[in-house]
Amino acid sequence: MGKPMHNTPMLDELESGPWPSFITGIKRLAKDEGKSYQNMMVDLLGQLEHSYETKKGYWKGGTVGVIGYGGGVIPRFSEVAKNYPESKEFHTLRIMPPPGMHYNTKLLRDFCDIWEKYGSGLIALHGQSGDIMLQGTTTDNIQPCFDELNEMGFDMGGAGPAVRTGMSCVGAARCEQSCANEQKVLRMLVNTYIDDMHRPALPYKFKFKVSGCPNDCMNSITRADMSVIGTWRDDMKVDQTEVKAFVADKGRKYVVDNVISRCPTNALSLNDDDSLEVDNKSCVRCMHCINVMTKALSVGDDKGVTVLIGGKRTLKIGDLMGTVIVPFMKLETEDDYEKLNEIAGNTIDFFAENALEHERTGEMIERIGLVNFIEGIGLEVDPNMISQPRQSSYVRMDNWDEEAQKWQERKAA
Amino acid sequence: MPPRMPIESGVPDPFQYMHPTLARNYGAWKYHERPRPGVLCHTADSGEKVWTVRAGTQRQMDVYTIRKLSDIADDFADGYVRFTIRSNIEFMVTDEAKVKPLIDKLIAEGFPVGGTGPSVTMISHTQGWLHCDIPGTDASGVVKSLMDELHEEFINENMPNRVHMTTSCCQINCGGQGDIAINIQHTKPPKINHNLVANVCERPTVVARCPVAAIRPALVNGKPSLEVDERKCICCGACFPPCPPMQINDPEHSKIAIWIGGNQSNARGKPTFHKLVAAGIPNNPPRWTEVASIVKKILQVYKEDAKDWERISDWVERIGWPRFFELTELPFTKYHIDNWRGARSSLNASAHIRF
Repeated sequence: MGKPMHNTPMLDELESGPWPSFITGIKRLAKDEGKSYQNMMVDLLGQLEHSYETKKGYWKGGTVGVIGYGGGVIPRFSEVAKNYPESKEFHTLRIMPPPGMHYNTKLLRDFCDIWEKYGSGLIALHGQSGDIMLQGTTTDNIQPCFDELNEMGFDMGGAGPAVRTGMSCVGAARCEQSCANEQKVLRMLVNTYIDDMHRPALPYKFKFKVSGCPNDCMNSITRADMSVIGTWRDDMKVDQTEVKAFVADKGRKYVVDNVISRCPTNALSLNDDDSLEVDNKSCVRCMHCINVMTKALSVGDDKGVTVLIGGKRTLKIGDLMGTVIVPFMKLETEDDYEKLNEIAGNTIDFFAENALEHERTGEMIERIGLVNFIEGIGLEVDPNMISQPRQSSYVRMDNWDEEAQKWQERKAA
Repeated sequence: MPPRMPIESGVPDPFQYMHPTLARNYGAWKYHERPRPGVLCHTADSGEKVWTVRAGTQRQMDVYTIRKLSDIADDFADGYVRFTIRSNIEFMVTDEAKVKPLIDKLIAEGFPVGGTGPSVTMISHTQGWLHCDIPGTDASGVVKSLMDELHEEFINENMPNRVHMTTSCCQINCGGQGDIAINIQHTKPPKINHNLVANVCERPTVVARCPVAAIRPALVNGKPSLEVDERKCICCGACFPPCPPMQINDPEHSKIAIWIGGNQSNARGKPTFHKLVAAGIPNNPPRWTEVASIVKKILQVYKEDAKDWERISDWVERIGWPRFFELTELPFTKYHIDNWRGARSSLNASAHIRF
């Protein structure tokens, strides 16, 4: 017989309602006779109810890891272990999932079996970092559990001041809007700089995210230090027969109100014969019209990526979006990929050498200016990097002629 | 025997776990349709079609729930699934006849089918009291409570455009930007346990962490500690992670604030950060009913007033903030006016006035 359940009247209220209940799941584990995690989950529920009653958390960090790595385990020790001794250690293992979060059921069952053996039986799919979060195990079980997962072909994710677990969208696997081989980009970037993930020695965290198109389903502009977004530079594709079918189905007013007039650069016009005219030179690849008319409109053929650096949330200087450092680059040949890899490597090196402790890339760029960063990693300035040119005259421009000459030479090349 | 060293294999190859139809048509999809809420249909250049059925999960899943979902995948979806970043599970079906039975099975097992197109999809969220070391609330509980209330909006596509909500247990905001974000907002400076600071905290690091330079070293009762200039303190909680004796969480004074208009997509306008609309909301487990009533009010007004394809940010851009506060009946206060760096760009430097 397992330990008796604590009284949990507040948590019990989270078992009703139409949405699946995590409490019901944890209770099932707490009532799972004969399982090694049973008593741990009884006390976990007890501590959680205590948090609900007192409106405070009771976990503290510490140092727990696996041999050979400096991060990836999130240690949790209970501050109220006296009352809830069985869950006094409740560490999480961060494991990197396949890009696009694809699973076959054998893999899911294998994860369940291993976590039933070594852990709490509770798995979060997925954490905000994009990891498989195996939540809740003891210090002693961390190493053997990781060893089994590692032998299965899975590796520890990132934590602390390190390259973090990256994310890429479903992309080319099931989306016609994909302009990049997202999984290949993500695997190349993270796996090349894996040493900086497993041996945390950067000023602060560094995140890669890869989205296949400017819809940016991976939220990379606001959440990633290095955001790689698929795009195209030739004309977007228009199937005029499908356009006419769409207009016939939805009506002209709908098309004008929801497609033509929503174009942020007024690049669309509906012709008198219900075909669509596109000013591709003015199009900014925002995706709106393609999102609405999925059959009639699609991305172009000359695909590549845009790279932005520096997205992050508030801490410490305020929210920052990533900003463009590479407006467009092709990703076709291995040399193209290697060029992207070099930009990432140069960025991480520059970050490691120039950022202050606990400073993200975006904050570093805010402090030193974009030009110092761009020059530091060996890229050239481009008007696609700005929303508008400088408006302040307070700047020294001794080398204007030289810089203008560089622009002319690049243009001629 | 030397210890086992890790195989530094990194991110695994996804093709070994990917539905064969997706792998076969990789990079060669033609278009997609949404035949009904919760279902996407993608057609490949090859002519092959795949129906994706999307269902909500509780994110923190016990092994029995994962095995149940695996059973369903084996029975209806060739034994493959994938997850979205908002913790929805997706089953890929190549036989249209299996779509309806799969939906029926998921609903019968308690997994709501939806979250596609202009719906309120699953709230992306942080962990909270279950596991985090610095949480002001339990995001998992807030999300369960809200998704119960918003269930109808998840299983239908009745919103003007998609609604991506997030919840975060502290101001670090790991939940991310959202059309509606529900985040802890502390309102009182940290309470310092001076007996512990010297032993637990690296004091210069903590001093450096403060965004407003309100923390300085001090001797308290003869012990090296830290003190906070409470007139400068903005109660952000940035000192708490590196120094747990500077307790920022407070059962009464850690409140919940609601932010709107965050949008990650580049569609139409450039991406936007969310903005404060409501604060001072009590952090009331287990059902956080005060939060739900404000969120539902915002969603109701958005649903009634926004045009097709307007995200919340697009909608407010059109109608203006005065109208937003009027329609939602939320109070507008001095705290809504930003005073952080860059704040001048949020002021109205024009004679454009709304009536």
